[in-house]
Amino acid sequence: MSRTLLSRSLYQLQNVSRSNGFFLHNSSTKFKHAVLAAFQPFLQSSRPYANSPQPAASASSVDQAELAKFAAIAESWWDAEGPFKPLHVMNPTRLTFIRSTLCRHFGKDPLSARPFEGLKFVDVGCGGGILSEPLARMGASVTGIDAVEKNIKIAQVHADLDPVASSIEYRCTTAENLVEEQQKFDAVLALEVIEHVANPDGFCKSLSALTKPDGATIISTINRSMRAYATAVVVAEYILHWLPKGTHEWSSFLTPEELVLLLQRSSISVEEMAGFAYDPLTGQWSLDDDIGVNFIAFGTKINE
Amino acid sequence: MSRLIASRRLASNICVSKLSARTFCNDASAKLNNVPNSSQFNKELEDEQGFTNDVPQYDIAIVGGGMVGIALASSLASMPLTKQLSIAIIDSNPALTNGASIKKDDPPDPRVSTVTPATISLFKGIGAWQYVEQHRHAYFDRMQVWDYTGFGYTRYNARDAGKDVLGCVVENKVLQKSLLSCLQASISVSAGLFFFSTLEMKTEQNKDFKKTIYSTRLSSMSLPTRSSVSAAGDLQSKSLANLAKLELSDGTNLYAKLVVGADGSKSHVRELAGIKTTGWNYSQSAVICTVEHPAENFCAWQRFLPAGPIALLPIGDNFSNIVWTMSPKEAANHKIMNEDDFVKAVNNALDFGYGPHPGSRPFSGDILPSFFRPDVTSSANEGFELPPKVTKLASHRMAFPLSLMHANQYVSRRVALIGDAAHTVHPLAGQGVNMGYGDVASLSNVIADGVAVGSDIGEVTLLKKYEADRKTANIAMMAVLDGFQKAYSVDFGPLNILRAAAFNGANVFAPLKKNIISYASGELRLPFLS
Repeated sequence: MSRTLLSRSLYQLQNVSRSNGFFLHNSSTKFKHAVLAAFQPFLQSSRPYANSPQPAASASSVDQAELAKFAAIAESWWDAEGPFKPLHVMNPTRLTFIRSTLCRHFGKDPLSARPFEGLKFVDVGCGGGILSEPLARMGASVTGIDAVEKNIKIAQVHADLDPVASSIEYRCTTAENLVEEQQKFDAVLALEVIEHVANPDGFCKSLSALTKPDGATIISTINRSMRAYATAVVVAEYILHWLPKGTHEWSSFLTPEELVLLLQRSSISVEEMAGFAYDPLTGQWSLDDDIGVNFIAFGTKINE
Repeated sequence: MSRLIASRRLASNICVSKLSARTFCNDASAKLNNVPNSSQFNKELEDEQGFTNDVPQYDIAIVGGGMVGIALASSLASMPLTKQLSIAIIDSNPALTNGASIKKDDPPDPRVSTVTPATISLFKGIGAWQYVEQHRHAYFDRMQVWDYTGFGYTRYNARDAGKDVLGCVVENKVLQKSLLSCLQASISVSAGLFFFSTLEMKTEQNKDFKKTIYSTRLSSMSLPTRSSVSAAGDLQSKSLANLAKLELSDGTNLYAKLVVGADGSKSHVRELAGIKTTGWNYSQSAVICTVEHPAENFCAWQRFLPAGPIALLPIGDNFSNIVWTMSPKEAANHKIMNEDDFVKAVNNALDFGYGPHPGSRPFSGDILPSFFRPDVTSSANEGFELPPKVTKLASHRMAFPLSLMHANQYVSRRVALIGDAAHTVHPLAGQGVNMGYGDVASLSNVIADGVAVGSDIGEVTLLKKYEADRKTANIAMMAVLDGFQKAYSVDFGPLNILRAAAFNGANVFAPLKKNIISYASGELRLPFLS
């Protein structure tokens, strides 16, 4: 999980860098130091444009050696038993929620193997593509965006292994850029991103602008509760070392009420919410009524 | 099979190439709209680089089309989420493709299975039980287990656990044929064509069908590794290198996302996947055959003899099946001795041979403390009965050595083992095939769950759920059966009394009896933990 989160942290940094010109002189400098330190080995590719206002997609030509390097990183990123195991374990549970809410919203047959056929989805902060690929297998035409070029490369290298996934359009860009391009999607998904974004209000507005009228928006994040602090920060980062220390800054978490309010102000009405419960005995996640720690929200665009 | 023309951005913005790649599901054609003119492009590219699109790709390749392998294919074909999966079944058994029907008047085949209520409900879910019921089968609602020492016996009655039946004995060929009919029915519906004319053999014209039977053997298998994937040059070979590649003995190659080893206790898939096993031989062999008796039998009989148990299982009409465990040398003798002697030996083994009938109980319901009384099951008061006298041998005799084997893993990337490929048990409680069907039910549910959330169905995280689900259940069952085997392989006074006490305990105490019946029916996952 750490690296997606980190990449998303970098996504935040980039947004900041674009507005401030340089990215370390910001209120949460300490946090970013920690992020950068944890991310050091992977920074080579992202650093050159971290200071630049240009989007990352304008990279130099790619040679075979570099491709091989990314293939190796992708292998470990996608290794279900590897460093991203917690993310891989949680993924089916998130997808269960997405599947059931979106099937209901778009009137699709939940027993179909490809219920999202004909729908356009965008996965904001796609990381290595762990959400985009299943959505593509479920029939959606998916655009995966991430501000970190390295993630896009990982995602692309891995998607090439499966003909269905290779239909995914991966782009190194931001939600804001897509809004400028006037792109619209049936469903906009931003999972575990908003807690790493500098301006959640603006981010929600961008997500809303990307959503078609009557479309859906799905956001997941971590609650700003003592329990979340204890589990997501203390246990996950310091005790179990699932995530590098400093991945999360508790004070930037949103409570469900705040998220609902932010989305409401962005013309998205939250229809359904669920929490994730972890069973340490089976090592499996499940959907739960308890939204005290991790939660996911499904909202629909309010027609103006 | 439709083609997916995939547009792809290589790394960032450098070169954009368009490639054709075969999809696994033939409903991806919607994607075609994205890339106009691509079919022409694709043709050119194929010509230039010499792409061959003739290597068939499947979602699942099932190696072994026995009762368990075909059950998985039918189970997947019967569920809405998995019915679109393309499946190859690899088995050289001509019975899979020749469409021969089973004659009702033939004497029963000695290879039979005792299917439990859990297995029956799997078959009903698949839609195959109606075909089983059209053939010979025998439900039994009573079971009597006793041993040669004459100390104790247990009678189980389906009523004790509030059921109609304890199980059903069916010939293996009937189980397989029923599943096959069911698979054919489901395909002829989904393909809109009559199946028999198209499934005869894998040929060019039927490669559009999603369930294909390859009438040949597996000769080698290569699984994706990091180096094989990164060594692959172009896009198509990359996506192929990410799949399992099967080479068949007739020279055909095929690719699959998931290879299921349903190829029995000497599984070739297991060996090729490098999965090790744990186990031991029992230095026992089982002799099986069909026998005839004067009246129809509705009870399953099992008597523990010094060398191993003998079971008489009803198989319908006036036939029963014998499963007799003994030393390999004795088994060889019993296999070749003349028929009359064999019938005499069977009758002796089921009657007075080796020891007396169990007499009156050491303790019965009457002398129990009164607080146990309300729980005493009706069958506790049933007296000991003698099994029917066998009059004649109705089939040839077969003998095979017994062993216990358990695969250390059931799954690895792109591989899953089911049935005897994952576990072989002592046949004393007829649980072997039921464990295999438990695997089928579990694996098909896990695959359906994976399809629901868009997983790659050959991914090890997903397959591990199947392993976690089945391994505990199978190991528990194996331990129980192995314990039984061990308990009966020693003829020692005090142990005999202990065994008899266990028999009587199991006979008299209703909760224990209900529990044993539920466990043996496949409804409880772990013994004695209800």
